[in-house]
Amino acid sequence: MSNSTLSASTVANAARRGSPLSRRLLIGFGWLFFTLFLLLPLLIVVSQGLKMGVGTFFDAILEPDALSALKLTIIAVVISVPLNVVFGVSAAWCVSKYSFRGKSILVTLIDLPFSVSPVIAGLVYVLMFGAQGFLGPWLQDHDIQIVFALPGIVLATIFVTVPFVARELIPLMQEQGTQEEEAARLLGANGWQMFWHVTVPNIKWGLIYGVVLCTARAMGEFGAVSVVSGHIRGVTNTLPLHVEILYNEYNHVAAFAVATLLLILALFILLLKQWSESRINRLRASAAEE
Amino acid sequence: MSRRISPVIPGFGLTLGYTLVYLSLIVLIPLAAMFVHAAQLTWDQFWAIISAPRVLAALQLSFGTAFFAAIINGVIGTVLAWILVRYTFPGRKVIDAMIDLPFALPTAVAGIALTALYAPNGWIGQFAADLGFKIAYTPMGITLALTFVTLPFVVRTVQPVLADIPREIEEAAACLGAKPLQVFRYILVPALLPAWLTGFALAFARGVGEYGSVIFIAGNMPFKTEILPLLIMVKLDQYDYTGATAIGVMMLVVSFILLLVINLIQRRIEKP
Repeated sequence: MSNSTLSASTVANAARRGSPLSRRLLIGFGWLFFTLFLLLPLLIVVSQGLKMGVGTFFDAILEPDALSALKLTIIAVVISVPLNVVFGVSAAWCVSKYSFRGKSILVTLIDLPFSVSPVIAGLVYVLMFGAQGFLGPWLQDHDIQIVFALPGIVLATIFVTVPFVARELIPLMQEQGTQEEEAARLLGANGWQMFWHVTVPNIKWGLIYGVVLCTARAMGEFGAVSVVSGHIRGVTNTLPLHVEILYNEYNHVAAFAVATLLLILALFILLLKQWSESRINRLRASAAEE
Repeated sequence: MSRRISPVIPGFGLTLGYTLVYLSLIVLIPLAAMFVHAAQLTWDQFWAIISAPRVLAALQLSFGTAFFAAIINGVIGTVLAWILVRYTFPGRKVIDAMIDLPFALPTAVAGIALTALYAPNGWIGQFAADLGFKIAYTPMGITLALTFVTLPFVVRTVQPVLADIPREIEEAAACLGAKPLQVFRYILVPALLPAWLTGFALAFARGVGEYGSVIFIAGNMPFKTEILPLLIMVKLDQYDYTGATAIGVMMLVVSFILLLVINLIQRRIEKP
């Protein structure tokens, strides 16, 4: 091997890996940042929550107001996530399987809730359904309460989580194209058979991924829910709002105990996300091999 | 509406119709209601509300801190994406998975955790207090909280693009005598810039609207550490729906103009 090719390959290697020093510095920085910025906040939540011992910790979580907040959070998640799943599949279907004029505008509109402040998301429902709102007098006549009650909380949660499932499915379904569905149709499947036996298995993991992200946001939503909840303790408080109330009452130990519960749920969601992501990557890899 | 419909795939009318109805009921009509409500004001009244000194201070604070947080994430996020894509090292998978923590963690939890860390008597805040400055309850604390909640955006947009850049290009450049900085300037920057801008814009938009994580660490002093979303809340608590609506409309319009500008820059980069 001549001298010049040797030095060229050394240079190329250096370009690929960076010099050992900068490589070590960057990895060190990554670790330091991870520890200080992501790990420490987790540690402080748990340590503050357990400061007065395990007994106090469980008292804070099992207290009736906390349990009713947990229940309300679960209700909001259980209603909003399935609705957004149906919407996400429907939106991804028409965006990815057909071409039509105005498609890019539709995609922009689907993403719109991401760039609207959660507080504004809550505000618009107060303006629609509140006592002074557009539909307020009519709702009052019929004794229906939306704002400062469960329906308002659910609506606000839906608003902020609208794009999640659609956003995950659109690129995935565009990548997959329409060939398999067309084949199913030509072999005699009707529309629903094609959907359940061909499309759903193909998009399953992307769908799970979207559901996981959607659930995380629905569970943790604070600003939008805070506007429409009315903060009635034990009645219209979700878990994140309960954390705020406890914190503002200087009941820090209880606030951090409830926060620890939310933190555990968040870590569980991260695990699910990691798992569905690895399944998607595996599917992509096997599709690439074919 | 002209469309090229795939002859055998059913469901175009059903799915498009459902999508439009759902989107209208949940997002578009309520947002339009806000603009209609604001239209009851004359221009002078509207201007008087949004040009009040307290509103302008909040405007400056919200957009300023969100911009700084997006810049910080633009730098740190790119470095993190680089480490995660280009190097293998112990703990890489853990860091990669945990980058998404700020998305999974409820913002209120993030808010009280960061406040506990950076308050003058907190684990980190006490060192700052020894050095004579405060982090929590200042604009710095707000920027910190926004940096935390928007951390994943830049990392997750830059990461896949970086992974797709063929190493051969950089190797070829290096073989042809390019110095590392030249490789960075002429190969990596042009390839990464569109994705970087997307991540930046997402982080910025989220930062401007963010409420849950900020209100705990901000201290919420009018004129000093009061963000725009909080000001909307304050107006709502006083039953000043018109004031809240005017600020909301102004906030949406300013955000969209900024996102449009970023979008235009992006298009110019992609199609020179």
